[in-house]
Amino acid sequence: MSKSRATRGSNLDSDRALSLLTMMERIRAFEEQACLAAERDKLVLGAIHPSIGQEAVAAGIMQAVNPDDFLLSTHRGHGHTLAKGAEPLAMMRELLGRAGGCCGGKGGSMHIADFNVGMLGANGVVSANITIAAGAAHSMKLQRDSRVVVCIFGDGAINRGPFLEGLNWAKVFDLPILFVCEDNQYSATTRTSAMTAGDGAAARARALGLVDHTVDGNQVEEVADIATQCINRIRSGGGPEFLHAITYRRTGHTSFDPAAYRPADEAVQHEQRADPINRQRELLTLAGKDKSELDRIHTQAQQEMTDVLQQAAQSPFPDPALALKDVQDIGSPEQELR
Amino acid sequence: MTTLTMVEAIRETLRAEMLRDERVILMGEDVGHLGGVFRATDGLRQQFGAQRVFDTPLAESVIAGSAVGLAISGLIPVFEMQFLGFSQNAFHQICQQIARTRFRTRGSHTCPITIRAPFGGNVRTPELHSDSMEPQYAQGTGLKVVMPSTAYDAKGLLASAIRDPDPVLFLEPLRGYRLVSDDVPDDDYTIEFGKLRVMREGDDITIVTWSASVPVVEQAVEQLVAEGINPHVVDLRTIVPLDEAGLVAAVEKTGRCVVVHESPAAAGFGAEVITLLQEQAFYSLQAPLKRVTAPDAPYPPPGIEGHYIPSSELVVRAVRETLID
Ligand SMILES: Cc1ncc(C[n+]2csc(CCOP(=O)(O)OP(=O)(O)O)c2C)c(N)n1
Ligand SMILES: [Mg+2]
Repeated sequence: MSKSRATRGSNLDSDRALSLLTMMERIRAFEEQACLAAERDKLVLGAIHPSIGQEAVAAGIMQAVNPDDFLLSTHRGHGHTLAKGAEPLAMMRELLGRAGGCCGGKGGSMHIADFNVGMLGANGVVSANITIAAGAAHSMKLQRDSRVVVCIFGDGAINRGPFLEGLNWAKVFDLPILFVCEDNQYSATTRTSAMTAGDGAAARARALGLVDHTVDGNQVEEVADIATQCINRIRSGGGPEFLHAITYRRTGHTSFDPAAYRPADEAVQHEQRADPINRQRELLTLAGKDKSELDRIHTQAQQEMTDVLQQAAQSPFPDPALALKDVQDIGSPEQELR
Repeated sequence: MTTLTMVEAIRETLRAEMLRDERVILMGEDVGHLGGVFRATDGLRQQFGAQRVFDTPLAESVIAGSAVGLAISGLIPVFEMQFLGFSQNAFHQICQQIARTRFRTRGSHTCPITIRAPFGGNVRTPELHSDSMEPQYAQGTGLKVVMPSTAYDAKGLLASAIRDPDPVLFLEPLRGYRLVSDDVPDDDYTIEFGKLRVMREGDDITIVTWSASVPVVEQAVEQLVAEGINPHVVDLRTIVPLDEAGLVAAVEKTGRCVVVHESPAAAGFGAEVITLLQEQAFYSLQAPLKRVTAPDAPYPPPGIEGHYIPSSELVVRAVRETLID
């Protein structure tokens, strides 16, 4: 196990630090708008799973990969997807089930995918993306392609079989993949620690022979540092690695869940203590950045995503015939269209 | 008598069965502390304690697999699959372990397991959260498949399921959880499996349906009656075992039949119903048998699910066509 060192004060790479802050602000703003769309405007059909408070994981890891590297994500994947380079308008349309969404409005929040930016799919089935990611990495190896795969999943996912099967596969075939357990400490309404035996995610990966790291997932500089090191080693043939990023789910499981099953002030305390955006602002302030510059990043992100929601809400719904399209190439159910 | 929603009837039955038999235990993802994501087990952990009502890891295959061990060594597990779609992660355990234990042990051990799973569409939740998969489980010979559509039936059938020595998949239509409510006797009662419920007597045509499609058919019936058509309507309630005699009698009565279900058509349970009628009621038939089902496509996103789920208009149209033939 290795621990990363925070990049502090004077030796801060301020361009990178600003771009990390910008990405976190954009993710936050996107999800705040998505929650408004769901709750205030009733425009999201079904539930969405916000990652508010977890932005450092998405921003930090995605800055370490190339645009054509691959990402597999989860039901809580808006941040990962945006940070991988997807267009926020196409994403918002997808959340609202509109035409022009990343998947034509057909995937929705939980099954968003954008192959154009290497985003091979979120997945509504917890843990299911792990085995798929192993396959994508295997494909890179077999084709002698230098792209790497990042597979992000929650702390709940490590208790399902595909976790063992996927990690074992990746190690046995020595694949170019970074597994990231984005540990927000909850699995739906249940505290994951109460349902997880042993020393947790990283220890399990270590038992399978993967190099493992644990990082403060609310500290974007640390996440970015360690992810960069991992990705560099993986790309040069070092085999699969595992990153346990510890963060916190500030909202309920879905935007509609008041999270009444946990202490009332837990989320507030966490926000005060460890909000990744505030932390990054503090770091940049220490490094001499002007408050006004940081505020401008915030305002721009807010403006961008307010516009995105407005535009998405005006987009048309997809043609109902889409329900029967692309099922298979023979015996199309379109003949049953009514 | 109390008016209960379907989810309340389920909760009260779980409570009653736990009081009745201390071997009954409840488990599943989020069923303990929270009381289930749909509140079907709300308050039961407080009442019966953590030994009998407990949260499990997010791990469907071990939930189902461990139930076999629990059952063959003296307990009566009732476990929840948070959504039926996720039960596919435990398909092996359900269909090849739970369902076959009696067969493999030559009857010396049965699996008194009840699997509760919400399912079905029209609640704006994507794909596998809405899938209707009853035909896949109907083939898991050894497994009973119970599909109530009313609070009254939910209570009587769930009590039968928990007391059954064999495994039962108890499918709860999500849309009905709070929308469906009816009068439920406070006293204990059970409903025998394999007995359909006649929803309405009529003699023009027989409509066969079950579970989530029952309210769709009820709506269609209103329209048909307004047009002067008098349908005979039955709710199968359990598809395994199937009330073959009741089904044949219901169709012989009118000589015409439309089957309505929410899962896709191909190899759906409607195909089984129609084959049975072809085999056993052929000489009374006056028109081709017809199905109204979802198309053979995956469950679509919420914005267009209304075009996927069989609608009452489609049922009305199918009935009219069958009457003309
Ligand atoms: C196989 C499976 N079982 C159950 C669910 C229902 N469900 C959706 S998210 C979730 C909790 C997941 O927890 P975790 O992996 O920690 O991810 P988080 O939601 O915290 O991001 C559950 C139980 C599911 N989607 N997939
Ligand atoms: Mg979690």
